[in-house]
Amino acid sequence: MLGKLTWQAIPFDQPIPLYSAAVVGMMLLAVLLWVAVKGYVPYLWREWITSVDHKRIGVMYCALALLMLLRGFIDALMMRSQQAFAFHAAGYLPPEHYNQIFSAHGTIMIFFVAMPFMVGLMNFVVPLQLGVRDVAFPTLNSVGFWLTAAGSLLVNVSLVVGEFSRVGWLPYPPLSGIQYSPGVGVDYYLWALEISGAGTLVGGINLVTTILKTRAPGMRYMRMPVFCWTSLASNLLMVAAFPVLTATLAMLLLDRYLDFHFFTNEAGGNAMMFVNLIWVWGHPEVYILALPAFGVFSEVVSTFSGKPLFGYRSMVAATMTICVLSFMVWLHHFFTMGAGANVNGFFGIMSMIIAVPTGVKIFNWLFTMYRGRVRFSVAMHWAIGFMVTFVIGGMTGVLLAMPPADFVMHNSLFLVAHFHNVVIGAVLFGAFAGYNYWFPKAFGFALDERLGKAAFWCWFVGFYVAFVPLYVTGLLGMTRRLQHYDQPQWHPWILVAGVGALIILCGIALQAAQLVVSIRSRQRRTDRTGDPWDGRTLEWATPSPPPLFNFAVLPNVKGEEPYWGMKRKAITAMQLSPEPSYEPIEVPRNSATGIVTAFLAFVLGFALIWHIWWMAALALVGAYATFVVFAWRDVAESVLPAEEVARIDRANRSARALALTEMHA
Amino acid sequence: MSTSDIAIPPSSSVLDLRSVPPSEATGHGEGGPAPKRIVVGYGFWIFLLSDIIMFSAFFASFAVLGSATAGGPGAAQLFDLRNVQIETACLLLSSVCCGIATLAVEQRYALLTQLALLATGVLGAAFLILEVREFASLIAQGAGPSRSAFLSSFFALVGCHGAHITAGLLWLGTMMAQFYAKGFRADICRRYFCFSLFWHALDIIWVAIFTIVYLIGVRS
Amino acid sequence: MMLRNLLPAPRLRIFTAVHGASVLALLCSGLAGCNGHAWYPGSLDSAGPVSSGERVILLDSLAIMLAIVVPTIVCILIVAWWYRAANRRSLYDPTWTYSGRIELLVWSIPALVILFLGGTAWISSHDLDPAKPLNPDRKALEIQVVALDWKWLFIYPDQHIASINRLLTPVGTPVHFRLTSASVMNVFFVPQLGSEIYAMNGMVTELNLQADRSGTFPGLAAQINGDGFSDMRFDTHAVSPREFSEWVDAVQTDGPTLDEAAYRLLLKQSARVAPYTYRDVAPKLFEAIASRQLPSGEGPHLTPITGSPVTQASGPIGLTGGE
Repeated sequence: MLGKLTWQAIPFDQPIPLYSAAVVGMMLLAVLLWVAVKGYVPYLWREWITSVDHKRIGVMYCALALLMLLRGFIDALMMRSQQAFAFHAAGYLPPEHYNQIFSAHGTIMIFFVAMPFMVGLMNFVVPLQLGVRDVAFPTLNSVGFWLTAAGSLLVNVSLVVGEFSRVGWLPYPPLSGIQYSPGVGVDYYLWALEISGAGTLVGGINLVTTILKTRAPGMRYMRMPVFCWTSLASNLLMVAAFPVLTATLAMLLLDRYLDFHFFTNEAGGNAMMFVNLIWVWGHPEVYILALPAFGVFSEVVSTFSGKPLFGYRSMVAATMTICVLSFMVWLHHFFTMGAGANVNGFFGIMSMIIAVPTGVKIFNWLFTMYRGRVRFSVAMHWAIGFMVTFVIGGMTGVLLAMPPADFVMHNSLFLVAHFHNVVIGAVLFGAFAGYNYWFPKAFGFALDERLGKAAFWCWFVGFYVAFVPLYVTGLLGMTRRLQHYDQPQWHPWILVAGVGALIILCGIALQAAQLVVSIRSRQRRTDRTGDPWDGRTLEWATPSPPPLFNFAVLPNVKGEEPYWGMKRKAITAMQLSPEPSYEPIEVPRNSATGIVTAFLAFVLGFALIWHIWWMAALALVGAYATFVVFAWRDVAESVLPAEEVARIDRANRSARALALTEMHA
Repeated sequence: MSTSDIAIPPSSSVLDLRSVPPSEATGHGEGGPAPKRIVVGYGFWIFLLSDIIMFSAFFASFAVLGSATAGGPGAAQLFDLRNVQIETACLLLSSVCCGIATLAVEQRYALLTQLALLATGVLGAAFLILEVREFASLIAQGAGPSRSAFLSSFFALVGCHGAHITAGLLWLGTMMAQFYAKGFRADICRRYFCFSLFWHALDIIWVAIFTIVYLIGVRS
Repeated sequence: MMLRNLLPAPRLRIFTAVHGASVLALLCSGLAGCNGHAWYPGSLDSAGPVSSGERVILLDSLAIMLAIVVPTIVCILIVAWWYRAANRRSLYDPTWTYSGRIELLVWSIPALVILFLGGTAWISSHDLDPAKPLNPDRKALEIQVVALDWKWLFIYPDQHIASINRLLTPVGTPVHFRLTSASVMNVFFVPQLGSEIYAMNGMVTELNLQADRSGTFPGLAAQINGDGFSDMRFDTHAVSPREFSEWVDAVQTDGPTLDEAAYRLLLKQSARVAPYTYRDVAPKLFEAIASRQLPSGEGPHLTPITGSPVTQASGPIGLTGGE
C-alpha cells in the first residue's frame, strides 16, 4: 500500500538525526502556528505564495538560500568536528552517517544555497535594471521557484524519513547504482535534483528571454549594466547545461529503477560515461554560479567607487568568452582517469585559457577603484574581500589545471580548499554583497552597517583559518571525505580548520543578528528616496520597495548608466524632470499554479522514492489537471488605473524633490 | 510589455504581422519590450533548444554504448525497418496536418482547425502505438533494456522521444478543447503556435533518430 | 544619501597579514618537503622520479603565478586604501573609464603567463603521462592491481604471487601497474611515489612508478567507494632488490592460493583487512577480472525494509579483517 515505506524509515535508533529532526520540526511547527494565530496566512498567500512578481520571487529565492545555508553549514560543522575528533579514533559519526553528511553538505550548498541565491538576485534586479515591469513569463517564474523549494524539501525530508545519499554530491556509478547503494538515499538525491533542475531550466528560459527580448526603449545591448550581461551568460549556460544534468540523472534513475545498464558493471555499462556527462554539466554549473557574482561585484565596485566601470566592453567580452569556454574544460575534473597525454594536455590548456578573461575582470575592477572615491560600505568590504580571495583561489585552480600537478592533488583536501576558495570567495561573498547592496531596495530600509562589517571580518578570517590548513593537508597527502585517519601530521591542521569553521559560525550568527537588529530599528535607516547608495543603474530610479509595476512609465534610455545621467541632469537643473503622463498599467494576476505544481512534484518525488506507484500516478494526473486549469484561465491580467499609478509615483517624486533641495541647501 | 500590448489590437492573429508597429517588432531595445507574441515564441524556441540538448545527451550515450551489446542482439538483428518507415510516415503526415491546422487557425476556420488537429492527433497516436508494439515485441524476445547497455540506450533515446510525443498528444487534446470552448483568442493562438513548434521539432528529432539509430544501426 | 565610511589603515594591515600568513604557510610546507629530510606522507616528500617531477612542476607553477598574484593583491589593497573617499589628496577622475594601453596590458599579461604555463602543461602531460614507461632500458616489475571493497589486491603475475593490502617493490626498479576494479570506481594513490590513477570495473588503466629510496610509503584509496572507504589503506615498502627476492621466495612457500574460489570470497565487502599473501595465483586471473568474466563485488547486504544497507564496525556483514 505504501511501497517500501514503513515505520523503520524513521531513524528512531539514531539519536543525531532523530533529535535534530525533532528540534527542526518543533521550530517549524512553532513558526506555522504563530503565522496562523496572528492571521498572516491570507497575507502570505496573497502577497508571497501566489505572487508572480519577480521582486517577491527573488526575495523568496534568497530566503530559501539563507535558510539552507544554515542546514548546509551545520553539516560542515559536523564534518569538521568529526575529523577533529577522529584521529586514531572513530569519532562520533559512523561512516554511514558521515558519508550522508558530506553528500548532503555539497548537494545543499550548490543546489539549494548558491543557485537560489544567485537566481534570486538576478530575478529581483534584472527587470529593474532593464527598465521593464517584470520578467517575460511571470507565472512560469513562480513555478520555477516553487519547484526549487520542492526539491529542497525532499532533501530535508530525507533526514527524517529514510536516509540521504552516501556517495558524494555527484553520484558516481557504480557506487550510486542499485547494487552498491540499494537504499533510498540516492533516490532522494536524484528526484530532488530532477525536480529543482526543472525549476532552474524554467528560470533560465525566463531570464534569457527577458534580457534579449524585453528591455526598456533605447536599452541597446551595449547600454545594459554588466550585471545584466553576466545574468545573460549565466542563464544561457543554465539553458545549455541543465538538460545534460537532467538526462544523465535520468539515465541513473533508469538504471536504478528499471534495471537499465547505462552505468552498471554488467551487460556493457560504462561508468566513465557518467563522469564525462556529469562534468559536461558540472563545469558550466560553477560558471552559472560565479558569473552573476561577478556581475554583483561590477555593480558594487562601480557604485562605491563613484565611477563607471572601467573597460565596459572588455568586461562584456570577457563574460561571453567565459560563457563559451566553460563548455570546453570539463575533463580537468578527472585528469587521473587515464585519458592520455594529448587529451589531458588539451583540457589543461583550455582550463588555463579560461583564467585569462577572469583575470581581466579582476584588473578592470581594480582600475574602477583607481581614481575613484572608494566608500567602504558593507558591500564594498565583501567586494574587496572577494578580489583578494578569488585571486588566490583562481591561482590554485590554474595549478590544478596542470595535469601532472593534478595527478597528486586530485580528490585531495587541496582540491577541496581550492573549490571552497573560489565558490565561497566569489559566489558566497557575491551573494552577501548583493544582499547588503539591494536589501534597502527590496525592503525600504538598509541593514545595520556595524554588524555587517563584523560579520564580514568573521567570515573573511574564518575562511582563511578554515581552508588554508586544508591546502596544507592536501599537500601532505590527505584525501577528501575521510571519516577517520591515522597520520599525525594532519591532525593539527584539521584542528585549526575546525577553529576556522567556528569563526565562520560567529560570522553567520552576526549576520542573523544584523537582520534582526535591522528589522527592529528599521525606522532609523529608512530609504526615503529609493537611492541610498548614490547608485548608477535604473533600479535606483524606483522607490524602495518598488511598486508592483516597477516604473510608472518605462524609461527612455539614452546612454550607458541611464539613471546616473538622469540624476546629473536633475542635480544640474536643480529640479526633477517633468512629470510624465500616467496611463493604466496591466499587471499579471497572482496564480497558485506555482505552489500547486511544486506540491504535486514533491508528492511525485516522494512516491517514486518509496515506490508508492498509485500515489505517483495520482500526482501525474494532478499535474496534468493543474496544467489544464492554468490554461483555462480567462483573465491573466488586471489593470491598475492611472490614478493609482500617479499616486505612487508622485509620492516618490516628492521624496526625491525633497532630497534634491536638501542637497542644495 | 504592457505599454506595447495596449498598442496591439486584441484580436491580432498568430501570423498577421501588419498589426505590429514596426519599431516594436524586434524587442532589441529600440522600441521597448517586444510584443507578447514574439516574446512567447522566442521563449519557447529557447525551451526547444534546451530540449534538443537533452536529446543530444541521450544520442551521445547511444553513440558510446552502441557496440555494448553484451553478447546479445544488435541493431541489425532487432530492428524492423518496415515498421519504422510506417512510423516515420505517420509522424511526417501528422506534421503536415499540423501545418494545415496552422493555416486554418490563421484563417480562423474552426471546423478545419479541429479536423486538422484531430488528424494530427490520430496520426501521432498511430506512431505511438506502433512504437509501443515495437518495444513490447523486443521485450518479449528478450531484447529489453535490461539485456545490454546498447539496448538500454536505445530504449531511453527512443522512449524519451515517445514520452515527448505522449505529452504532445495531451497538449494537443487540451488545445483542441480550448479552441472549441474559447475560440481563436490571442493567447490561445500563441500557445497553439508553441505547440506546432513543439510538434515539428519532435518530427525533426525523429528524423535524427530514424537515421542514426535505425538506418545507420542496421547497416553497421 | 551618500555614505562616508573610513577604513582605518590598520585594518588593511590585517588584510595583508592574513593573506601573507596564508601564503607563507603554503610555501613553508612546500619548502619543508624540498630539503628531502622531513618525512611526511605527502607528494612533496618525493621518493621517486614521478613524484619529484610533479613536485617541480607544482612548485615552479606556483612560483610563477605568485609573481602575478602577490603584486595584484597588493595593488588591490593599496588602490582601495589610497582612493578611499576620505583621502582628498587622491585624484578623482570619474570620466576615466577606458585606456587602450591598460587594456592591452591586462589582456596580455595573463595571456603570456597562460601561454607559458600552457606549454609547460602540454610538455609535462606527456613527460609524466602515467602510461609512459619510466626507464626503457630496465625491465619493469609488473604488478596488477584489483580494487575491491574495501581492500587492495596486488598480483605479481611474473612471480605468481599476490598480496592483500601490502605492496613491496624493489628500490630503483620501475614498476608498471595495470589496474582494474572489482566493484566501484576507485583511485590508487601512493603520494610519495607520485601520480594517482583511477581503477574502474571492466577497464584497465596503467601507471608507472618507481621508488628511488627505501622506506615505507603510505598508500590510500582516493575516491569515495562506500562505508569502508577510510580504511582502504595500504603500505608500500620499497626494499633492496635482494630483500625483494627474499620476500618473493618466502611468499611462494607459504599461504593460500588465489584461485577463482578464493577470489569470490574477496568479493564480499570487508574492511580493515590485515595484510596477507597468496603463494600462488591462477593464471590470467587479472584478465578475467578486468574483462568481466568473473562477477563484480557484492554490494551491501540489505537489512531493514527500507533497503538501507547496514554497515557496522563488526558484525555478521563482516567489516572486520581477514577472511
